[in-house]
Amino acid sequence: MAEFRLPKNSRISKGKLWPAIAGSSNTKTFRIYRWDPDSGENPRLDSYVIDLDDCGPMVLDGLLKIKNDIDPTLTLRRSCREGICGSCAMNIDGTNTLACTINMNDVKGDVKVYPLPHMPVVKDLVPDMTHFYAQYASIKPWIQTDSVAPPDKERLQSIENREKMDGLYECILCACCSTSCPSYWWNGDRYLGPAILLQAYRWLADSRDEAAGERLDELEDPFKLYRCHTIMNCTKTCPKGLNPALAIAEIKKMLASRQGI
Amino acid sequence: MTGRPLSPHLQVYKPQLTSMLSILHRASGATLYMASLLMVYWLFALASGSTHADALNSGLTEWWGKIVLYGILFCVYYHLANGLRHLMWDTGKGLDLKTAYMTGWLVVVFSLVATAVTLLMMMGGVQ
Repeated sequence: MAEFRLPKNSRISKGKLWPAIAGSSNTKTFRIYRWDPDSGENPRLDSYVIDLDDCGPMVLDGLLKIKNDIDPTLTLRRSCREGICGSCAMNIDGTNTLACTINMNDVKGDVKVYPLPHMPVVKDLVPDMTHFYAQYASIKPWIQTDSVAPPDKERLQSIENREKMDGLYECILCACCSTSCPSYWWNGDRYLGPAILLQAYRWLADSRDEAAGERLDELEDPFKLYRCHTIMNCTKTCPKGLNPALAIAEIKKMLASRQGI
Repeated sequence: MTGRPLSPHLQVYKPQLTSMLSILHRASGATLYMASLLMVYWLFALASGSTHADALNSGLTEWWGKIVLYGILFCVYYHLANGLRHLMWDTGKGLDLKTAYMTGWLVVVFSLVATAVTLLMMMGGVQ
């Protein structure tokens, strides 16, 4: 059952203001979700005023500026700083994206930063991804075959068949799409969500995989697949420009056509 | 860990055409469900004689009754048009962001215009 309000322990209180360093004129304010598991207090929203003349252009640059120079307790995940690892996925300016690929000058007004929505928070901007990864494992994201592998070469694929995986293989599993999906918010315990379903379709679309029947059997479920109501927040928010809504529609079509519809 | 807070969702996520039209589709569908009950009740009232029918009609011709009826009319057009959009999506077409936004705005404009035209035609008919 959908619970629209935040639980009592999750409501956000007013936090601290960290003023700009003296002498800085070109500033921007970051308003950042903070939660410290050791404090026993509710989450709060801290404000940091940073000097743009002494900072890189991306939101991630701003966050690291804060961590390095103002408040070292600020906790976040980051790694590649170029949009390929998916670690710094968070809710910025009301939509999910990667902190490393969004320019802070594209954000009007204050830069509001929250963890990925409707997730258990480990600390500050770090959500607990355990369930998301378990769902990923549940679709068996590896090649499954019955036929004997060619003894002297890899399993080949025509250029046309390889192209069927364009727009699928680029997914970095950052979870921006799944955590933008209201259906995933309300039914994430059983609904697989857009990221995992796009991955599921990635294996269905792979001409080398021979387990399409079993994969479809697994997906034919009122909750795992059919909680998708084509809201399309997933496609709107994907920082890689992919289309999970289309991938899910293709799975639904495969299920319909194997029933002769 | 049970003590972990839940990160904010509806509270912080920006409203956008994708999600707003989706929730409006569900709301209009629920409204039409209720409206069908109202219509059956209205038919029963008509069949059971003028006392019931007059009472109901006097309510529905009040300003608030008219707002309810106009709202239902909008829901009919919106749910119909957006339902066609969903049918198109079920065939795997029109799911790219550009087309989805284009058809989304098309549905909004259509349902507003169709509601207005219907009302104008009805008002013309009354005179």
